Amino acid sequence: MTATLSFEKLTLGYDRLPAVQQLNTEIAQGSLTAVVGPNGAGKSTLLKGVTGALTPIEGCVTINGFCEKDIAYLPQQSSIDKSFPMSVIDLVAMGLWREMGAFGRLSRAMKSRVSDALAAVGLTGFENRAIGSLSGGQMQRALFARLLLQDAKLVLLDEPFTAIDAKTMADLIKVIKNWHAEGRTVLAVLHDYDMVGTHFPETLMLARELVAHGPTAQVLTAENQFRARQMCEACAGVPHVCGKAAA
Amino acid sequence: MIWDLLIAPFADFGFMRRALLGCVAVSVGATPVGVFLMLRNMSLTGDAMAHAILPGAAIGYLVSGLSLGAMTIGGLIAGMVVALASGFVARVTSMREDASLAAFYLISLALGVLIVSTKGSNVDLMHVLFGTVLALDNAALILLCSFASLSVFALAVLFRPLVLECADPQFLRSVSKLSAITHFAFLALVVMNLVGGFHALGTLMAVGIMILPAAAARFWASGIAGLIAVAALIAVLSSIIGLLLSFHYSLPSGPAIILVAGVGYCLSLIFGPVGGAIAQSLPRRTYET
Repeated sequence: MTATLSFEKLTLGYDRLPAVQQLNTEIAQGSLTAVVGPNGAGKSTLLKGVTGALTPIEGCVTINGFCEKDIAYLPQQSSIDKSFPMSVIDLVAMGLWREMGAFGRLSRAMKSRVSDALAAVGLTGFENRAIGSLSGGQMQRALFARLLLQDAKLVLLDEPFTAIDAKTMADLIKVIKNWHAEGRTVLAVLHDYDMVGTHFPETLMLARELVAHGPTAQVLTAENQFRARQMCEACAGVPHVCGKAAA
Repeated sequence: MIWDLLIAPFADFGFMRRALLGCVAVSVGATPVGVFLMLRNMSLTGDAMAHAILPGAAIGYLVSGLSLGAMTIGGLIAGMVVALASGFVARVTSMREDASLAAFYLISLALGVLIVSTKGSNVDLMHVLFGTVLALDNAALILLCSFASLSVFALAVLFRPLVLECADPQFLRSVSKLSAITHFAFLALVVMNLVGGFHALGTLMAVGIMILPAAAARFWASGIAGLIAVAALIAVLSSIIGLLLSFHYSLPSGPAIILVAGVGYCLSLIFGPVGGAIAQSLPRRTYET
């Protein structure tokens, strides 16, 4: 198995306060990996580091075999202004940005792909609804449809199932499993260990530093969870300043 | 009777026709920009920018008197400098863009007032602040029409990135490098329309024709195309009615136009079908689409 992502001595943080420290591991191509860990463990920070939105304080993220444009990223709190007068189909069609760019037109073939994506997430019939009228679950479905159209090799999901009903969750997990079957690499930050155990073959447990990474059954042990909590509590009070000044 | 009231002022007097053309140009150019300002929660940015262009216009006036070209170029430069400086400060420091813009426009405004009041007469200050829509010459009209055309064209080109920059900036940044360009190009359009508008309505009133129709349109339409169309219509109607009122009752034309737009806003607020006061208080049926 070749690695899609490799982290070398990766340290990421804000204002020189590290949120992820000295991470060394690799994400295999086509793997379906859950990123878990206590609050403040640096899970979201890790995803931001992969998208390039955050520059490493130390070390690096290496992406093999494709460029940054092949990454689709669903942030935990999307920046969408729901009051903006935009229809569902307009929002979802923006997933085709890479193909049509800022000025290209939406061809007939593209329109039918948009319809397919909407159908895949169960939003057929919602095309012309204003995004402001969608419920939380429907909005998440729409964002998954947009991810589908991005046709990315690496999909990053940050807590995609927070405050989502069970039916929506089940439908969206199907979408994720389809990506996995198509050979795409998926990295999802999750907190529901039952779901991780059932649906995600690989798990990466973080507590600022790497706790464990490997097959889910071996990572999600009571011992590891206990260790992760302890590591986070231990460093929560004393932020280590790092960077050039401290080096 | 109706002829005397509505048509004769324009038919009989060249300056009224020129004023009308100038106002229509400003309306068509500025209102779509105003709609986007409103949708980005930046309505007050227009106001700040209008103040920011004052020293540029004043320096232009100092250099070559009441010259259209010099004041236009001065205003454009001052507006762009303030827009770029505040955007730059927001990106390299922890200062938020609105606070940084406020700081720069206040500096710019103070400088402008200083220049105008030490070197110019009160009449000149009034000209810059309130415009001279009844004294537009050919060059000014060509300028206003060019700015309006350029603005509409640029907005058409920028439309998709601009919509995404408003609706989901994080996503735009993740798929495209156009985010910063779009933002600054949009601010440039704001500045350009305000500079065009200040020849007709003055720096202060130019913001009115940009924002008031856009705010009023919010109560009539819910899609972007509808918002722009309604806003432009309200702006043009306000221009016509404002000019007629100023003609029949000898009122200053700039404020008359903006006040009519203001009345339009208040009426929309009450009677508008999309979230207006009356529509909100009526029992509504829910329906599926």
